[in-house]
Amino acid sequence: MQDKRKERIDRGVKVRSDTIYAISSMKEIMYLIGPRMGLVLFLLALPLVLPIYWQKVVSITAVYALLAVSFGFLSSYVGLVNLGGALFVGVGGYISGLLNSAYGLPLYISIPAATLLGALFCTLVLLPCLPLRGIYFAIVSFVYPLAAVRIISATGAFGGTDGIAGLDMIGSGYGSQYFIIVTLLLVTFGVSRLVSAEDIGLIFRGVKDNEQAIKASGLNLTMYKAVAVFIGALIGSFAGAWLAHLYGWVGMSLMATDFSILPLAATVVGGTSTIYGPLVGTLLLVPISEALRDFGTLRIVFYSVAMVFFVVFWTEGLLIYIKRKYEQFERWVRV
Amino acid sequence: MDLIIYGLINSVSLVLSSIGFALAYGVSRVPNFAHGSLYVLTGYMTWLFLNQYKMPYIFAILLSLAIAGLVGSILYRYILIRVRGMPISEIIASFGIGMAILEMLRWAGLRGGTYMLPPFIRGSIDVAAVPVDYQRIIILIAGAAVVGFLWVFTHYTKTGLSLRGIAQNERAALTLGIDSDKAATVALGFGSALAGLAGVLMFPLGNITVQSGYEVLIFAIAVSVCGGLGSWGGAILASFLIGFAQIITVTYIASHYHFVVALLTIVIILILKPSGLFGRQKELEERV
Repeated sequence: MQDKRKERIDRGVKVRSDTIYAISSMKEIMYLIGPRMGLVLFLLALPLVLPIYWQKVVSITAVYALLAVSFGFLSSYVGLVNLGGALFVGVGGYISGLLNSAYGLPLYISIPAATLLGALFCTLVLLPCLPLRGIYFAIVSFVYPLAAVRIISATGAFGGTDGIAGLDMIGSGYGSQYFIIVTLLLVTFGVSRLVSAEDIGLIFRGVKDNEQAIKASGLNLTMYKAVAVFIGALIGSFAGAWLAHLYGWVGMSLMATDFSILPLAATVVGGTSTIYGPLVGTLLLVPISEALRDFGTLRIVFYSVAMVFFVVFWTEGLLIYIKRKYEQFERWVRV
Repeated sequence: MDLIIYGLINSVSLVLSSIGFALAYGVSRVPNFAHGSLYVLTGYMTWLFLNQYKMPYIFAILLSLAIAGLVGSILYRYILIRVRGMPISEIIASFGIGMAILEMLRWAGLRGGTYMLPPFIRGSIDVAAVPVDYQRIIILIAGAAVVGFLWVFTHYTKTGLSLRGIAQNERAALTLGIDSDKAATVALGFGSALAGLAGVLMFPLGNITVQSGYEVLIFAIAVSVCGGLGSWGGAILASFLIGFAQIITVTYIASHYHFVVALLTIVIILILKPSGLFGRQKELEERV
C-alpha cells in the first residue's frame, strides 16, 4: 500500500496579493476584495430580490446576526463566553418599550436611548461576575435571563406575563430593511477593526489569553472586561430594541433561550476565529430555522444538532474551511 | 413542622436530581448538560413501556433506567470524549444534545396532562400531624438509599474506588493502570441512570413535562456549583441549604420565587466563592 498525505500549497494569486503586488493588476485586486464585496453586495441585494414574507426574515436574520457578532466578539476576543445574550435583548427591548409606551417617545429616540441605557444596565448587572472565567462565567450569564424572566412573571412588573403591547411599529419597507442591514455591516466591520487594528483590541486578546500579563502591565483587568461587555451589550440591546419595535410588542419571550443559543450555534457553525464566522453562520442557520417554523420546535432540534455536529466533529467551522479552499490548493503526495 | 418535613422532602429530591450530575462531573470533569433531558426521557420511556407495551411497573422502570444509563455512556464514549478537556465545548455539545432530545420530545407531543406516572403506593400518612403521601416517603427512603449505596460503592468496590481515584488525581490513577476514559464512561452512565431514577421517583407527583427537564438541569447546576463542583458531600449539603431556602421562601413570601432562589444562589455563590462551599479546585484556576 502506498502511503499518501495531503499537501496544501498557497495559490499563486494569494501569494502575490499578500505583498505589494496586490495592486499590480485587476485580478489580484479582485481576489482580495471579491469575497468582502460579495458579502456586502449579497446583503444589500437581499431586500430587492426576496418576496414579501421573506423580507421580515431578513430583519430577523440581521437581528440574530448582530447577536452572533456580539457573542463572537465576547467569546473569541475577550474570552467571556456569554450564554445570556437573551439578557441584552430583553433589557434593550423592555427599556425601549417602556420609553415608547409610558413616556411616549418616538422610536427614533427610544431605540438609541434603549441601546445606551440597556448596555449600561447590563454592564452594571454583570459587573460582579466579571472576575469569573470560562465555564463559571458561562453558567452565571446563562442564569441571568432565566432569573429575569422568573422575576418579571412573579412580580408582574412591566406588564408581567402579558408584556407591553401597542408600541410604534417599524414598517417592513426598504428603508427599515436597509437600515438594519447597513447597521449590521457597520457593526461587523467596526468590531473587526476594533479587535484587529486598535490598541484596545490587543488588550482584549490579552484578557482572553493571559490575564496575568494584563495585570502585570498595570492595566485594570475588570475595567477592560467591563468595556468589552459594554460593547457586546450595546449591540445586543440595539438588536432587542429593534426587535421590540419590529413586533410592536415587548414580553418575556424576548428573554427566551433562543436568543442565547442560536447566536452560539451560529458562531460554532461559522467558526470562531474571525468576526465574520458568526455572521456567515447566522446567514446560513436562521433562514433554515425560519423555514422550519411550521414544524414547531423541530427547528430547535435542527440548530442544536448542527451545533453539536460542528463543535464535536468540525471544530474549525465553515468559514475557515471555505477560506482554506479559497487560498490554498490541496493534493495528495507520496510519503 | 410543615416546614421541616416538606423542607426535608424538597432537599432530598434536590439531592436525587443533582447527585448524578455531581457524580459525572466529579469523575470525568465533563459537565453533563444533557442531565435534565435524561431525566425527562426516562420518565417518558417508563410511561411508554407502562402504557403502550403494558409491562409491569417495576420492570418498565428498570428497563428505562438501564436505557438511560446506556444512553449516557454512549453519549460520552462516542461524542463527548472528543471534546473532553475543553470546558466550553463540553458545555455546548452536551447542552446541544440535551436540548435536541427535549425539543424532539416536545415536538413528538409531550405536553399536557396525558403523560402521568402512577404513584408507587397510593394514599398518605400523617407524620406529626402533617399529611404526607407515600410517594414522598419513598423519595426520602430512595434518596437515603442512593447516597448510602454511592458511599459503599465508592469506598468498597473496585470500580467505585477507581472512579474515586480518577476524581482525586487523574494522572496518579493513570499510572496505577486505571483507564480514565473507561471510568468516565461508567460515571456518565451512572450519572444518567441516577437522573432517570430521580425522574421516575418524582414524576408521579405531577405531569411529565419538557420544561421540568430544563428546571432539573438548573437545579442540578445550582446544587453542584453551590456545593463546589465535583464534591459530593458539598452537593448534599447544598441540596439541604437550597431545599430549605426554597420551602421557606414558598411559605413566607410567594411560591413564584421558588425557582428564583435556586438561580440567585448560583449567582451569589459564584460571585462570593467560586469554588463553592467544598470545592477542591484552587481559587487560582477560576479567578486570577
